[in-house]
Amino acid sequence: MYTYDAFDQRMVEERAAQFRAQVVRRLDGRLTEDAFKPLRLQNGLYMQLHAYMMRVAIPYGLLSSDQVRRLARIARDYDRGYVHFTTRQNVQLNWPRLEDVPAILDELAEVQMHAIQTSGNCIRNITSDPFAGAAADEIADPRPYAEILRQWSTFHPEFAFLPRKFKFAVTGAREDRAAIAVHDVGIRVVEGEGGAIGFAFYVGGGQGRTPILAPCIRPFVPERDLVSYAEAVLRTYNRLGRRDNKYKARIKILVKQTGAEAFARLVEEEHARIKDGPLALTDEDLEPFKRAFRPPPHAVMPAEDPPELVAARLAKDRAFAHWERHNVSPHRVPGYANVSLSLKSRDLPPGDVTSEQLDAVAELADRYAFGRVVVTHRQNLVLTDVARRDLPALHGALAKLGVATPNVGKLTDVVCCPGLDYCNLANARSINVAQDLLARFEDLSALHDLGDMHLNISGCINACGHHHVGHVGILGIDKQGTEHYQLMLGGSSGDEASLGRILGRALTGDEIGGAVERVVVAYLQLRESPQEPFLATYRRLGPAPFKEAVYDAVGA
Amino acid sequence: MTLLAHEAGVARVIADDPWITLGPDETLDETLDEASDVIVPLEGLDRVRPVARGRVGLRVPGDADADAVAARLGGVDLVQIELPRFTDGRAYTLARLLREKHGFRGELRASGAVLPDQLHYLARCGFDSFELADGGSVEDALAVFSDLSQSYQPAADGARPAWRRRRPVS
Ligand code: SF4
Repeated sequence: MYTYDAFDQRMVEERAAQFRAQVVRRLDGRLTEDAFKPLRLQNGLYMQLHAYMMRVAIPYGLLSSDQVRRLARIARDYDRGYVHFTTRQNVQLNWPRLEDVPAILDELAEVQMHAIQTSGNCIRNITSDPFAGAAADEIADPRPYAEILRQWSTFHPEFAFLPRKFKFAVTGAREDRAAIAVHDVGIRVVEGEGGAIGFAFYVGGGQGRTPILAPCIRPFVPERDLVSYAEAVLRTYNRLGRRDNKYKARIKILVKQTGAEAFARLVEEEHARIKDGPLALTDEDLEPFKRAFRPPPHAVMPAEDPPELVAARLAKDRAFAHWERHNVSPHRVPGYANVSLSLKSRDLPPGDVTSEQLDAVAELADRYAFGRVVVTHRQNLVLTDVARRDLPALHGALAKLGVATPNVGKLTDVVCCPGLDYCNLANARSINVAQDLLARFEDLSALHDLGDMHLNISGCINACGHHHVGHVGILGIDKQGTEHYQLMLGGSSGDEASLGRILGRALTGDEIGGAVERVVVAYLQLRESPQEPFLATYRRLGPAPFKEAVYDAVGA
Repeated sequence: MTLLAHEAGVARVIADDPWITLGPDETLDETLDEASDVIVPLEGLDRVRPVARGRVGLRVPGDADADAVAARLGGVDLVQIELPRFTDGRAYTLARLLREKHGFRGELRASGAVLPDQLHYLARCGFDSFELADGGSVEDALAVFSDLSQSYQPAADGARPAWRRRRPVS
């Protein structure tokens, strides 16, 4: 894991001191709220319905156990004893007081964390594959590249007032688990001739009001040009992106209106000018970043399953079997596995974790996973590098914590934004819809039979819950002053990314849960075999049979 | 309006600014000494430059195209870039392009919506001087200019990337 040196440490400390002074100026009136707003936004502080909300950056979703413990402590000391993990692998505090924010930043700086550029019209936290460095299907670990981009984009003087916010995602694996098609810039590590590492750049994807899948504007950017190419893209966008209408200000609109090829030419022209300048990366530049993410010291394990695991399976422990099947994924090293912790239970809103749970997860990470915890864009946690022989013991501990629901990637692994309960942009509540669905599908064996089925909920068109790319997507809208929900089907952020399509008229809060249930029942009747996942059935048959199933019951 | 400039990472107030600003229709006449240093908008440049005996500065809006501005820089000693709103970041790119693409070496001055907390970034993008917008505290501007003592990425200030600077130069 990348650890700060004196330079990085000084950066976050100076930032904390800077923000402390800005808060003083705000509180004594020297800064108006208008002038303070862009400053606090560049530091992750939003004004929400009930209070300030503070967003803390988790670069590429990776946390050390000490950082997890510190988040637990901050939530306990300055908030209400829980935190919320977001779809961009960040973490949010829902109730900090403005006066406490400088102290929170100091606490974060002590464990090499910060809230820099977690909001505002600037380059945001860079997200990645939650299994980065541990996935069985990886070409190269994306995190050294994400870290170098993090440094390049941090306090970038030219790109602090972009037309709109700007989000990068980087993946190094063959299967896309970072949703690169729906980011402003999605970067995929590729292998060129002779095994040389390079990057495919997908530019101008996004969700929100105008969902667009990003076109690839250059299939191979050499490793040395990673940062200069990113800078050329940003400069082109800052120069030409629309500023007359905030709904047309994202880079996706610029790319669409310019045309992907013409946009690529503009970027190429700028890149040709700067690529041999100081941003060109040398092997010596890259080496420390690659070294920082070397794999942990794995033991050499026999290829066959360890006796502990065999015994647990033989005990006919159904809970363990379900959990192993759904929450455990393959690791690149024999004898190891990646374990997902489900933050989707009936006890807490999706993505919420209490301080007690965080402390316990940190302990387990130390004991079983080399002290590392990863946040996923589906709002779960992952322990990478778990020895398979430890799985039964780990399962027991996770079950006690309430984070072993065997539903990862399943219907009740709902991705959900905070919605009307917290967010002042929301049209409708989202958490209650998620919990209604968790209750409806409590019979987990039915769920297991369903296979992979992703459900995403957003409380408004801003799409923080990524509803466009849910296999089943739900969008809260306001219809004559009451909460309604649009149901859409067929979205996916995976390899064959697609955007969901609205099924029919908006549904009321009373109708939406039942509607999802009827989609599920229809799917079970329509699928060719239990091996055909929902998305494949939908793509084969289109919306008609699902539409019929939903609206015959509630009226079109 | 207060004029500030920076040197060696520190900002200071400029009390005796030699530059005089002309409106779009104004020209040099008896009231203005032809030896004055004048800043004129693009429309006035062709009218004023031939008669001026002092230095000539050019005023452009923050959304001006860098290539178009660069084409008019012959004999120009100062470019004043006007920020329409502080949230409009085009002036930062314009400044870098004038410096790094077109090699402009004269003074770059920011005016318009220039707030105390922006001066540091503006300076890194190549601005030498700043007309602080009314209402912005000069004290604050001077104090916060040096909040961050180091930077990760190169810009128009010639900073080396942090990932290289942290290694000893061999
Ligand atoms: S999608 Fe809308 S309601 Fe949900 S968090 Fe984003 S802005 Fe708020």
